[in-house]
Amino acid sequence: MDDLRQHLQVAGDEEVKISARNCQVFYGDTHAIKDVDVDILDKTVTAFIGPSGCGKSTFLRCLNRMNDTIDVARVEGEILMDGENIYDKKVDPVQLRAKVGMVFQKPNPFPKSIYDNVSYGPKIHGLARNKAELDEIVERSLRRAALWDEVKDRLQTPGTGLSGGQQQRLCIARAVATEPEVLLMDEPASALDPIATAQIEELIDELKQNYSVVIVTHSMQQAARVSQKTAFFHLGNLVEYDDTGTIFTNPQDPRTESYITGRIG
Amino acid sequence: MTDITPSDARPTSRGTATEAVRRSLARRNRKQLVLQGFGIAAIILAISMLLILLTSIISTGYHAFTQTHIQLEVYVDPEEIPAEGLPRGGFDDVLAAAMGAHFPAVDLTDRAATRELTSILSNGAQFILRDKVVADPSLIGQTVTLKVPVSDAYDQLNKGLVQRDTAEQFRRVDDAAIARFDRLDELGLISTPLNTALITNADSRFPELAGLKGALIGSFWALLTCFLISFPLGIGAAIYLEEFAPKNRFSDFIEININNLAAVPSVVFGLLALAVFIGWFGLPRSAPFVGGLTLALMTMPTIIIATRAALKSVPPSIREAALGVGASKHQVVFQHVLPLAMPGILTGTIIGLAQALGETAPLLLIGMNAFITSAPGSPFDSATALPTQIFIWADSPERGFVSRTSAAILVLLTFLIMMNALAIFLRNRFERKW
Ligand SMILES: Nc1ncnc2c1ncn2[C@@H]1O[C@H](COP(=O)(O)OP(=O)(O)OP(=O)(O)O)[C@@H](O)[C@H]1O
Ligand SMILES: [Mg+2]
Repeated sequence: MDDLRQHLQVAGDEEVKISARNCQVFYGDTHAIKDVDVDILDKTVTAFIGPSGCGKSTFLRCLNRMNDTIDVARVEGEILMDGENIYDKKVDPVQLRAKVGMVFQKPNPFPKSIYDNVSYGPKIHGLARNKAELDEIVERSLRRAALWDEVKDRLQTPGTGLSGGQQQRLCIARAVATEPEVLLMDEPASALDPIATAQIEELIDELKQNYSVVIVTHSMQQAARVSQKTAFFHLGNLVEYDDTGTIFTNPQDPRTESYITGRIG
Repeated sequence: MTDITPSDARPTSRGTATEAVRRSLARRNRKQLVLQGFGIAAIILAISMLLILLTSIISTGYHAFTQTHIQLEVYVDPEEIPAEGLPRGGFDDVLAAAMGAHFPAVDLTDRAATRELTSILSNGAQFILRDKVVADPSLIGQTVTLKVPVSDAYDQLNKGLVQRDTAEQFRRVDDAAIARFDRLDELGLISTPLNTALITNADSRFPELAGLKGALIGSFWALLTCFLISFPLGIGAAIYLEEFAPKNRFSDFIEININNLAAVPSVVFGLLALAVFIGWFGLPRSAPFVGGLTLALMTMPTIIIATRAALKSVPPSIREAALGVGASKHQVVFQHVLPLAMPGILTGTIIGLAQALGETAPLLLIGMNAFITSAPGSPFDSATALPTQIFIWADSPERGFVSRTSAAILVLLTFLIMMNALAIFLRNRFERKW
């Protein structure tokens, strides 16, 4: 009985949430993502690492069709989420983005109050039936983003008035407030001090109980700490994708090894 | 770019880099000083032009802000003005009698002498008396104290605009008239109060009675029409072009045309309006509504361009943020981008409307320079507008219109300055830091 449960647990962990097949991204003539095949698992933290400009953000933005908003960007291939191609004509990108939350590389709070920043998503998706529920969502989201204690007395002040790190956590709170199934985080901790970083990593750890989390990071330590799977990108190619432990201890590709040991990047 | 000469290009070959920098520094500083000098000279020139303009307008215009009045004790003679005859009656004769009281020597049966005597009164005096009596017929048989404007020539005399030492034949008022006026002045009957008629009266042939009421109301209706049409249409077009339209040859073509439209001389819009609104649609001539439509044609490109610039200046990260939490395109535009762009849009709109307020040529073409002595009751009544009123007055031969033209310009400038100040206020008040 115990054995069986353990087995099921493992099977649940291995469930594929998103799989990219032959994914290509072009910015005009620039071929930014080349032939990427990857399976991102549910209830798992996946880290994207790689040198600057290798296409991590670009690929991340494919997963919630954020590249649609860039005129010159063109995505080819298939990206399946729960078995459905998200680039299919009948998929509404708006609905997709409600399911796939995103934290951007640069903090981008709305020039509105802290409260409005967090409550905006739940409001437009009708996740709260009344003000009390909305208050609750706002508080819970801010707590999860480790920001509540700092802002609880000034929820009505502008979100743009916060420090850079606080703004980033506000953006995280905003993203988790809509209870997405997948959370894409583009260097969420690059502007944070070690304490806030630790809190965010804790949040990521907590989120993976229910969601699939993809995080782009330049910190090997962070990737090693929070992720179970790691993908290494180089010049638009997905060079290696494996268990985080394997990538960091026993990389198969020499480029991965050089990057991890600090020789390219 | 031109100051990089070959000797600068390889400074290290002849000395240290710092030495090269020091050598070029003197020249660069000199260039900067020259540039600054030109800039300051240009500003001084512009400001002095502005000052000359303002002083010349104010120095002629301020006369029109007061108006010489004369106070008369008028016996409303029931013989001349029988109650049953109202509103007709011998109001002019009654006034002549009141004037005659101060000049017993003048024979009031002598028509020429009487006319000379009453020439001091504005032509409107009898109508002022008539309106008073019609409003209250019980005044008949009583003596009323009446304060009426004096006619233009005497107003000029009182304000010192008629030189008393000029030879009589070159003067607009003869010596006898001056003597009569001075006598009235000695009696304390002449006063020079604020010229409220400038705002409360409509246009008139007689400068002392002419006012801007019709023009102000006409301009108001025209601007309101212009705003109600160009603001929603302009913003709508700009939002569509900026946010929703596919970027292709066709939208480029539209963009170029809108930019060109903004540069089309306003008189062309007037011709267009004349042909389309009045010619085809049969809308009334001289109507502020048609004027507003015409001005809307001109203002719309300005608003479209200002709105697009304001929309463009909203950082893309805000759009991404909204899209990222699952807002639809429509929600992104109307809940995030548009509110952030609103100060810029309003500033552009107000500046566009200020331009429209001062626009003359298209209004002339649709007949808003008609001579109309009553203020319009609706946007479809004939009216003038402020700039066309200025045009009409500037064209009038009477001396009194010289200062009134300048006064009207000052009124127009006041409105323009107020609108621009509002635009600046809005811009500063809502300026955002991202
Ligand atoms: N909007 C764009 N238009 C054109 N080219 C772009 C655009 N965005 C990214 N690129 C190009 O695509 C490539 C990948 O960029 P991307 O932002 O995905 O890199 P990254 O791995 O996220 O880098 P970093 O670690 O510095 O964030 C780069 O060469 C970049 O110049
Ligand atoms: Mg990036």
